[in-house]
Amino acid sequence: MTTITSLAPRTRRNTELVLLAFAIGIVLLAYANVGMAVQDRVPADLGTLGIGIGVIAMVFHLVLRWRASYADPLLLPIATLLNGLGLVMIHRIDLANDKTIGEGAALKQLMWSGLAACAAMVLLVLIKDHRRLSRYTFTLALAGLGLLLLPLFPVIGKNINGSRIWIGFGPFSLQPGEIAKILLTIFFAAYLVQTRDALSLIGRRFLGFPLPRARDLGPIMIAWLASLAVLVFQKDLGSSLLFFGLFVAMLYVATERRAWIAIGLSLFAVGTFVAWKLFAHLQERVTLWLDPFASGQSDQLAKGLMGMASGSMFGTGLGQGRPEETYFANSDFIIASFGEELGLIGLMAILLLYALMVERGLRTGVGARDGFGKLLATGLAFSLALQVFVVVGGVTRVIPLTGLTTPFMSAGGSSLLANWVIVALLLRISDQARRPVVEDGGGGRNIGQDETQVVKIK
Amino acid sequence: MNSPIRRIGIVAAAMFCALLMSSTLIQFVQAKELQDRPGNRRTLLASYSKERGSILVGGTAVARSDEVDDNFKWQRKYPQPQLYAPVTGYYSFTYGAGRGVEGSYDDLLSGSSDRLFYRRMVDVITGKPPQGATLELTIDPKVQKAAWDALGNQRGAIVALDPKTGAILAMVSKPTYDPNVLAGHDLPGVSKAWTKLSTDKSRPLTNRAIGGDLYPPGSTFKLITTAAALESGQYTPESVLPGPAALDLPQTTVDLPNVDGRPCGPNDKTTMAHALQISCNSAYGSLGMSLGQTKIRDQAHKFGYGQAVTVPMRVTPSIFPTNLNQPQLAQSAIGQFDVRATPMQVAMVSASIANGGREMTPYLVKNVRDKDLDVIDSTDPEEFAKPISKDTAGQINTMMQAVVEAGSGRKAKIPGMKVAGKTGTAQSAKGALSDVWFTGFAPADNPRVAVAVVVEDGGTMADEASGGVVAAPIARKVMEAVVSQ
Repeated sequence: MTTITSLAPRTRRNTELVLLAFAIGIVLLAYANVGMAVQDRVPADLGTLGIGIGVIAMVFHLVLRWRASYADPLLLPIATLLNGLGLVMIHRIDLANDKTIGEGAALKQLMWSGLAACAAMVLLVLIKDHRRLSRYTFTLALAGLGLLLLPLFPVIGKNINGSRIWIGFGPFSLQPGEIAKILLTIFFAAYLVQTRDALSLIGRRFLGFPLPRARDLGPIMIAWLASLAVLVFQKDLGSSLLFFGLFVAMLYVATERRAWIAIGLSLFAVGTFVAWKLFAHLQERVTLWLDPFASGQSDQLAKGLMGMASGSMFGTGLGQGRPEETYFANSDFIIASFGEELGLIGLMAILLLYALMVERGLRTGVGARDGFGKLLATGLAFSLALQVFVVVGGVTRVIPLTGLTTPFMSAGGSSLLANWVIVALLLRISDQARRPVVEDGGGGRNIGQDETQVVKIK
Repeated sequence: MNSPIRRIGIVAAAMFCALLMSSTLIQFVQAKELQDRPGNRRTLLASYSKERGSILVGGTAVARSDEVDDNFKWQRKYPQPQLYAPVTGYYSFTYGAGRGVEGSYDDLLSGSSDRLFYRRMVDVITGKPPQGATLELTIDPKVQKAAWDALGNQRGAIVALDPKTGAILAMVSKPTYDPNVLAGHDLPGVSKAWTKLSTDKSRPLTNRAIGGDLYPPGSTFKLITTAAALESGQYTPESVLPGPAALDLPQTTVDLPNVDGRPCGPNDKTTMAHALQISCNSAYGSLGMSLGQTKIRDQAHKFGYGQAVTVPMRVTPSIFPTNLNQPQLAQSAIGQFDVRATPMQVAMVSASIANGGREMTPYLVKNVRDKDLDVIDSTDPEEFAKPISKDTAGQINTMMQAVVEAGSGRKAKIPGMKVAGKTGTAQSAKGALSDVWFTGFAPADNPRVAVAVVVEDGGTMADEASGGVVAAPIARKVMEAVVSQ
């Protein structure tokens, strides 16, 4: 087990400040670039926009200094950069479709970005210790499941683009599944920390295979059924894949037993096979995955691929491609839009930003001192990785296209809100993980305390 | 719990590696293949959103690209669409570039030609989109307009050549079309227009001057029979030929009658010169049979029959049939039976007679200029063939002058100038209306223009028509447009 003292006790807040300035600089440069390419002028609102983003980022930074001074210094700059680049691309696609600021998706996205960042700050201020979250295990579970199934109810549930994953009030529509994902991750983490011993130690061996007790197997079956329900009733492949993968990974981390992976994957295989047999829309996805250019089929994936191909190595340059030729260019396919205009190089940079964010999240998990924190950080980080994999993998034909939002980038308020909340939670856990056990100058170092912290169960 | 977290990290790393590999596969390995896929709208749009070069006639653009504020960025415009459609062709997003220099010079006009590569080096480095080359055509706008007006509402075609160089001075085909409707950016509208044009029974998309269905050349073919006779050394213009009112064709019960049903001279005899002058069928039918098909076919081939010519559009090769029996040969010698020719080929025959037996390759593009209007390439006149000797050419020239002076082509006369010509009235099928012809050149002593005119189905004169009545006056107006300058 890694010892806590191996982590650097420095706050690294200044590093964060420099990186933040860098991130904002890149975003503004990209915004100016789009203006120059599409409208032949530097956008008039470059200054005001810059000040706006700068203020939000700076306040966030100050909140971290105040409330989580040891938090990971990379998370906020990466989130800011990804969010900003997403905004630029959404704005650029608005311009291509001849939409003004008011009509387009960019202004909405900007407002949601601000709102989401504020929510993240409020969370950081309100929750001083992430462990408090584990007190509400079943409340969170119920809330999560409720949110997840909310779109299935009449009146508020909405069917958009073939998936019933939206709820709407008047002009607003939300994907409650995004928030449900976080609530369920917290629930998983809390529940698994409480039951990990039972899950990993108690049970009979069946054909040489350690089989958990039925009452311990309950949650995994519930997760499996819930993800199937999402798949079946909401036609949301991406989310069900995400929930299930996330739950299996967290089970594995909590129990350290590979058997869970085997059980999880076989259940998943059975579930997808049955679903594939039963549902035409799933079969279509698979056909398209194998041959995106199949005639008589949707050319959605084909258009994205052609867009990426036209970008090639170096891209057409921001504002100089035709990302609007692809459907959902600013949401599900925003990564193809980036691939087109920034080229393979730009796409790789973006993927590496995500990878870095995931890595920082997992490192937070390794460094966290409590089981709940470890599991939660790992779950949140892995859910990010899974989500990027499912959506980008769908666009680039690693797996069949299922349709999920690209974290921080896709147009859509609920997704932004959820991802900023994830960042807030990771920041909160990382603050605890990186904080020295006893701060210097706090009346001397108590060496004996180190030993009482370490609890090892295996 | 740390080691499973690390393993989860490895899984996450593997997932990101998969994404990096798949995007490399798409954007690097398969990029070219995906870009070249048929129906890739981005690639299409990219090629249509470049500034395409203009096509100039006499310093004025007959095809140019205007900047517009839509997805295509540039709109192709044809300011005098109908008049120049057979020359320019069209440039359409859906149907590509075709049927004219737009199609033949596509890579230069679009700027993608390798010949522009070194000129483009700077643009490539500075990221400027390539700009197409400008083409300057040989067409003389006055001659083109004169030919267009003279043909009026009749279906047919006119070609005017500079006999000394082969430069095409006019190329008219009617009915024609408006290439603007195909170049539009309203794609459903373009597709509708295309369907309408391509199913129109009058075939407006066909450039009748160089292709499509070939015409029976009728009596204009007698020029080639004359050339074959003179070149054989066995005949002179004064050679006496049989000229009965109707030539009895061997092995058949049919005759080859003269148009007016009268003998061509006293005692049913005539000279070759006179036979050409009055377009005597019986004399030329018998001349053909005496010469034999090989001599005539060889002569026709030397003039260009059966040969591929590009001007730069492909000219459909004219046909002189093979394996003829004697009656078929007699009919072929006067341009009937299965002989078929393009107006371009007929004009080339006249032009080579006018040019003392040197036949020049016809061409339409005078020079190619880059975006700074520097000449990149210009066409040098080229000899196509030497089908007849200078003497033969001179003799036929004199004979053709008599056609206009006192024969079937009198309506082509230009006051104060010697004009050479030959009429033709060709039946394409029994009972069908005749296609009427005139070909010739002026001034006969120093030719500046050679012309071929064909009017389908007798034009407005219908069954009253003959080459001398309908086609000759049209040819005169075209020749006047050149010589009056």
